[in-house]
Amino acid sequence: MNAIPGRIAPAPLLSVEGLTKWYGHVLGCRDVAFDLRPGEVLGIVGESGSGKTTLLNCISGKLTPTSGEVRFDTRRFGLTDIYGLSEPDRRRMQREEWGFVHQNPRDGLRMRVSGGANVAEPLMNLGGRHYGNMRQATIDWLDRVELDTRRIDDKPRNFSGGMQQRIQVARNLIHGPRLVFMDEPTGGLDVSVQARLLDLLRELVRDLGLAVIIVTHDMAVARLMADRLMVMKGGEVVETGLTDQVLDDPQHPYTQLLVSSVLQI
Amino acid sequence: MTDKPLIIVEDLAKTFVLHNAEQATIPVFQDLTLQVAAGECVVLAGESGVGKSTLMRSIFGNYLPTQGAVKVWQDGAYVDITKANPHEVLEVRRRTLGYVSQFLRVIPRVPTLQLVMEPLLENGVSFQEAKDRASELLSALRLPEAHWDLPPATFSGGEQQRVNIARSFIRKYPVLLLDEPTASLDAENRAIVVRLIKEALAEGAAMIGIFHDLDVRDAVASRLFEVSQFKAAA
Amino acid sequence: MNTPVPARANAPERYYNYAYLDEQTKRMIRRSILKALAIPGYQVPFGSREMPVPYGWGTGGIQLTAAIIGPDDVYKCIDQGADDTTNAVSIRRFFANVADVATTEDTGEATIIQTRHRIPEKPLKEGQVLVYQVPQPEPLRGLEARETETRAMHAYEEYGLQYVSLYENVSAYGRIAATAGYPVMVEERYLMSPSPIPKFDNPKMAQNEAVMLFGAGREKRIYAVPPFTRVRSLDFEDYPFETQTWEETCALCGAKDSYLDEVILDDAGDKMFVCSDSHHCAERRAAGHVGPMAGHTLDQDAALKEPAQ
Repeated sequence: MNAIPGRIAPAPLLSVEGLTKWYGHVLGCRDVAFDLRPGEVLGIVGESGSGKTTLLNCISGKLTPTSGEVRFDTRRFGLTDIYGLSEPDRRRMQREEWGFVHQNPRDGLRMRVSGGANVAEPLMNLGGRHYGNMRQATIDWLDRVELDTRRIDDKPRNFSGGMQQRIQVARNLIHGPRLVFMDEPTGGLDVSVQARLLDLLRELVRDLGLAVIIVTHDMAVARLMADRLMVMKGGEVVETGLTDQVLDDPQHPYTQLLVSSVLQI
Repeated sequence: MTDKPLIIVEDLAKTFVLHNAEQATIPVFQDLTLQVAAGECVVLAGESGVGKSTLMRSIFGNYLPTQGAVKVWQDGAYVDITKANPHEVLEVRRRTLGYVSQFLRVIPRVPTLQLVMEPLLENGVSFQEAKDRASELLSALRLPEAHWDLPPATFSGGEQQRVNIARSFIRKYPVLLLDEPTASLDAENRAIVVRLIKEALAEGAAMIGIFHDLDVRDAVASRLFEVSQFKAAA
Repeated sequence: MNTPVPARANAPERYYNYAYLDEQTKRMIRRSILKALAIPGYQVPFGSREMPVPYGWGTGGIQLTAAIIGPDDVYKCIDQGADDTTNAVSIRRFFANVADVATTEDTGEATIIQTRHRIPEKPLKEGQVLVYQVPQPEPLRGLEARETETRAMHAYEEYGLQYVSLYENVSAYGRIAATAGYPVMVEERYLMSPSPIPKFDNPKMAQNEAVMLFGAGREKRIYAVPPFTRVRSLDFEDYPFETQTWEETCALCGAKDSYLDEVILDDAGDKMFVCSDSHHCAERRAAGHVGPMAGHTLDQDAALKEPAQ
């Protein structure tokens, strides 16, 4: 009813409906529904245990939901429920079209192989067989995430936490995904490193037109990164809307509490 | 350009409900109606606490009105900010609706020049052109060039405010909301901002502003708008 | 003390079943072998038994041999190409004892050749079976520790990860420096570890006339390459697969095209290069080929080695 005339609203890239996850009789998340458009950044906020990580895992194909659908506009099959795809098709789609940035770089990187090989791996997974080309692409990406390209062959453990996170970002963007999941991407970093990484992420998201779903408990991160927010409590979405509107004029009692609990400096 | 108003505020009401303060309700205004045409600058008047900023933020979509509509003219039609989807509101903000607040809220540690370039980059302007225009505007606002490569966090209030103004005037927004943009500026800088506002108005922008400085207000206002006349009963 | 004389393996009073393993176990292993031959390169789990040697000494290969051997077979066993090393001699004696088979060092004569780390230089023929002893059957294990994940990768043919190790190699050494256990694609479907044979031997696997069986006792896996199967060593477009080459020739037989071992001769660092395939070398010398150090004591030692049975 409010579609902007003269412009055809882009079809959703991701469409989640009735998503519910029970761990036995314990609720993970219940009846979550939303659409995500190409280039849109959705923040999922809430305190620990609110179900945001469960939700992220269900959406990203890591955890089969109890019920509900996660439809993604795949290149090969169009808008399709990812849990309706065969496992090899789903894994291939995830490799080709998604990225996932973990909070802990150890979960997202292979610690035994060099930073450069970590960044190049997605290209090899997609059939890259020319060493020189992949090497150059890796160097370009290390440069883009502002890492010293001379350190391309260093192992991840020889990088600081912030640099490891940059390697992870490069690894998850090099293959040109359309949707990137981020689970507290700046969670383990000290604030000075956090700010630069956030700025870098925001720039990359804008330049690449990426759609992003970012989970965070940090309202400041949510404000800087997300176009709109979903606030979760006890496994359910209690409020959703434009990021600055949710944070500056929260409607739900829980959101008001959450926002008013943020420490000011 | 159109002869239709660029902004139509219809029967707007805003009441805050503080759930964690024993459900306290704070009514601000109700049945508020306002139209602003191209080239017009409507200055909100009234004592502090009367709801000027709340109205401004409601128009921007930053606050969620309790009732009514805020229609912004874009691409030959009106978009109701109060009911549009987030991505539609963002699209209106990106291309049509600018906002200059009293406070600068940006990512820490990003250099000033880059902050000012950002609205252009978001609209597909090339890096070099964005850089040139940002430099031009910062020069016009007399922000020392030595500051451009620094993040504005350590700047004085007046300098931060000028960065904020630069970010808002670098794009020629058809509709501009000004929330005390000259509050911390000295006389000379205020004059520069007044000039920027007048130029934008001459080019057909519609503006709603809050100015406590009477000189500035008289210099730019097409008319005054008393928010208190729509005061909601407590 | 009275040492009981071992009964002939086929005698009714023998201590062990023919070829050591009981018949049900052999059938189980044969079923796994058939499955492995039907899906070239696919690792078939099997119920590996405790053997009278420790893991790592060839328990997988011994079980495969035990499952397929019969009294008419002629058995050869090599370790690093040599027939005369301790393990090769012991395993050969083991089967001579428990399976009543003739043994040989002659590659051409053997019907079953059990090997650790080499493929004989002489091309194998139809009717021969090459049994490999495999320490780690999973080529992806070094990069991915989870068995569930590596199984999925094989199932869905997700082999990008294997290239990561080659990539690391080129980054570190400017070329693919891996020399042994160099991964191969079998019939363009399954990624396979060729056991730690030198990559020099990799090309011999392609379109080989013999049946090739691989047994990993500790890891409980059997896989196979049937005759005339495509086997391709992985590489990059700009860093193609290459085998090792030597500037030296075999010091004893003068061979220019066989896989050479470097032998340090004294504390002064003097050394010689000799064929790793001892039978190949002996055969060439018998045919009159002469290397630069022919007649060296290493050559004379050959006369002292275990008499042919």
